[in-house]
Amino acid sequence: MADLATATRKSALTARGGFSEVVLTPAPAASRLSLRAGADALPGLSASLGVTLPTRPKTSASNGKRHALWLGPDEWLVIDESEADLMAAATTSGTLHSAVDVSHRNVAVVVSGPGAEVAINSGCPQDLSLAIFPVGACSRTIFGKVEIVLLRLAEDTFRVECWRSFSPYVFGMLSEGAADAGH
Amino acid sequence: MLLIYCPYCEEERSELEFRNAGDAHIVRPTNIAEISDEEFEEFFFLRQNPKGLIFERWRHIHGCGRFFNAARDTVSDRFYTTYKAGEPKPDVAAILKGEQDKGAAR
Repeated sequence: MADLATATRKSALTARGGFSEVVLTPAPAASRLSLRAGADALPGLSASLGVTLPTRPKTSASNGKRHALWLGPDEWLVIDESEADLMAAATTSGTLHSAVDVSHRNVAVVVSGPGAEVAINSGCPQDLSLAIFPVGACSRTIFGKVEIVLLRLAEDTFRVECWRSFSPYVFGMLSEGAADAGH
Repeated sequence: MLLIYCPYCEEERSELEFRNAGDAHIVRPTNIAEISDEEFEEFFFLRQNPKGLIFERWRHIHGCGRFFNAARDTVSDRFYTTYKAGEPKPDVAAILKGEQDKGAAR
C-alpha cells in the first residue's frame, strides 16, 4: 500500500528566521539610474559613467561598486553601491539621453547560499542554471506577482532589485522559497 | 507553461513576462482627421478574430519592455514565429507549409 503523505503544521512566521541553505540580506542603500539612450550616445555615456554599457541581452558590466545592467535594447539600470552621484556623471557626458534617478524607488535583497537559485525560482520562471544565467547575467523578470531585476553576482549569489513598496512581499516570498530550498 | 521567443532578448521566456497587445499590421491612416466615422470604425474597432493563424502584437512587458509581432494559432495557442516590430509580415503560405513539413517529419 502507498504511504500516506502527512502534512505538518507550520507556524505563520517560521519562514522569517534563518535558513540553512540561503541567506537573505537587505542590501545597503545605493544610487540607481534608469537610463535610456540610443546607440550613438553609448560611447559618451560609458566614458562619463566609468562603466561600459552592455549591448547584448541579459548581460551586465561592472567597475568596482558600479554596475550597468542591460534591461532592453535602449534601456539600462545603473547601480552604484557607494552612493556616488550618477546623475552628475550622466550629465557630463554631453550626449542625448534620458536619465531618471531611481535610487529611492528600488530596494535590493542579496540572496546567497547553495539554495539561492531554488529560493528565487520559487516565484521566478527563468532558467537560473549557470549555463543559461552565468555570473554577471542580469534580467528584468517577474517574481510571484511583482517585477524584479535579477543580477547574478556570483555562482551562489544574486541581487534582487524590486520597487520599494513591493519589498515586504518580495522578502516574504524569498523567505518562503528559502525555507523550501532545504527540502 | 507556454514559452515565447522574444526577438530582442533572443531567448524563449515564460508567458508570464508577456502581454498581448492586439492585432499587428494595422496601419493608422495618415489623414485621420478627414476620414468618415465608418472608416474610423473600420480602422479603430473592427477586427477579423480569425480561427487559426493570426498576426498579433505582443509586449515583453516584464522583460525588455519591447513590442514585437507574432504569428500565432488561435486554436492551438502555438506561436509559429515572432519577429521585431517594423519587419515585414511573414508569408502565410510559407508558415503553414513549414508546419506541414514538420508534421510530416514527425
